Amino acid sequence: MNKELFGPLLADDQAPLQSRPITSYRQDAWRRLKKHKLAMVGLYTVVLIILIAVIGPWMSHASYSDQNLLESNQAPSSKHWFGTDNLGRDLFIRVLYGARISLAIGIVASLINLIIGVVYGGVAGLLGGRVDRIMMSIVDVLYGIPMLLYVILLMVVLQPGLTNIFIALGIAYWLGMARIVRGQILSLKEQDYVLAAKTIGASNWQILYRHLIPNSLGPIIITMTLAIPEAIFTEAFLSFIGLGVAAPMASWGVLSSEGVTSLRSYPFQLFFPAMAISITMLAFIFLGDGLRDALDPRARR
Amino acid sequence: MLSYMLKRMMSSFAVLLAIITITFLLMHAIPGGPFSSEKKISPAIMRNIEQHYHLNDPLWKQYVDYMANLARFDLGPSFKYEGRRVNDMIRESFPVSLELGAVSIGLAILIGIPAGAIAALRQNKWQDYITMLLATLGVSVPSFVLATLLVYVFALKLSLLPAALWGGIEYIILPALALGSHPTAFIARLTRSSMLEVLAQDYIKTARGKGLSEFVILYRHALRNALIPVVTYIGPMAAGILTGSFIIETIFAVPGLGRHFVTSIYNRDYTVILGVTVFYSVLVICLNLLVDLIYPQLDPRIKLTEKEGG
Repeated sequence: MNKELFGPLLADDQAPLQSRPITSYRQDAWRRLKKHKLAMVGLYTVVLIILIAVIGPWMSHASYSDQNLLESNQAPSSKHWFGTDNLGRDLFIRVLYGARISLAIGIVASLINLIIGVVYGGVAGLLGGRVDRIMMSIVDVLYGIPMLLYVILLMVVLQPGLTNIFIALGIAYWLGMARIVRGQILSLKEQDYVLAAKTIGASNWQILYRHLIPNSLGPIIITMTLAIPEAIFTEAFLSFIGLGVAAPMASWGVLSSEGVTSLRSYPFQLFFPAMAISITMLAFIFLGDGLRDALDPRARR
Repeated sequence: MLSYMLKRMMSSFAVLLAIITITFLLMHAIPGGPFSSEKKISPAIMRNIEQHYHLNDPLWKQYVDYMANLARFDLGPSFKYEGRRVNDMIRESFPVSLELGAVSIGLAILIGIPAGAIAALRQNKWQDYITMLLATLGVSVPSFVLATLLVYVFALKLSLLPAALWGGIEYIILPALALGSHPTAFIARLTRSSMLEVLAQDYIKTARGKGLSEFVILYRHALRNALIPVVTYIGPMAAGILTGSFIIETIFAVPGLGRHFVTSIYNRDYTVILGVTVFYSVLVICLNLLVDLIYPQLDPRIKLTEKEGG
């Protein structure tokens, strides 16, 4: 035991400081998502469906409204992959176009939900206190109402059509989003970095926009993922009672409800659009479940 | 407790008032009025019709009249069917919808809860996978597709059950299955996830540690607590069954209120649309109120007090 043994560490000995590379929240979530097999199947399917919806109609030789009465109600063949409907329109092309319309409905409606929900929930959560109580009791109250009835009513008032479906679905289903955003913000605003931002003089709006909303993105994305198929589903419901998009345009909902009427003679006319809806629903549900596990590990069930 | 109930009832009442008003205004915002879609009517007759239904009164007067009638539970005359009143239509057809709805909810509970519980107890085993596969399919197939498929298989191909109409027990099976599929699947998923959560709790370990039998642990401790989220789903489920019945009753030609509602949409029979919307909203809001009041009886941890924000 002597003095020499107690020399300083060599400067280049970095071993204790080495650790695995720092992963951001986003990378971490992506890594978790990739491990979730069903979610990845869902993700690829969703991407594929979006590609089909965007590119598909360009590749086809005919239009969704081209009629050919000589070829009406034909079974699936090499010429008409999904067969034809009662006006001789090619069902494959109609399902491709339907993808566009159904996805547009899902995405636009849930974007409107997103905007209303984030603003409403954000304001309630941020201001807190009495304002929050009043705003949230309004939401609680609206939650108890069967919204679909009012969507139907709105569609009767506004007349069927694509834009009106956007409006009716958009303004009816933002409640869940508002609740989630408000809950997130209530817990986030107690965090130290919000206090820090306040101290250096950031306005409420800046805090909301720069700190609180980006940090509640996880639950928001999950809710969005599940809202899109919900909107597609609701539109199918509306189509069935005659309040969907106007002819000759056709969403998957319109196509399936047309298929229902001719089921006895031509079951394939229902089969293909119904499959399209179900596959899309499944893909979004799988993706949503996976995202929940990946983005919000604490809420894991 | 009492003050909470009173407050809750007051707010439900306020909601009712608000939605009736909104519904009323929406219906009157429709351009053209209820009779303009029909073939050309001479202005004199039109005036008579409007006089008859008080449509030329100022809006506020129509509103006051409507509310006054509503207070006497009178939903007004049908615009489409001469001499028929909305009340009579509801009285005749709602029991049918109620029967169908009750059977569907019964099916959903009787199948959904055990299925979800079994899936949770056999997590990641084949029982779990099959239940969850069926449950996921149940939420992803539109009910009208399922309904037509059921008709196709059981009525047209196998000729086991009637394809449509209403009568004995055999008529109720297919529509109830189609209507109940979505809630069944949802309840199974809900029960499974909440059961898994409960089974991981400390008090289950304590119960095991005490040496209680597995049966007692599952029924008294796990399932009872796991079912609390399922109870909160009753309100939304009832709403879903109501609106689901629009389609199912139309497909199966069941003479219920749902089919009337869809027909009244096709016919643009505004008083019926308005009346049924009000009727169903009242129903669902009362049901939600009921659930909120029953809920704490099941879980003593929940106290009925004004919750503070946060």
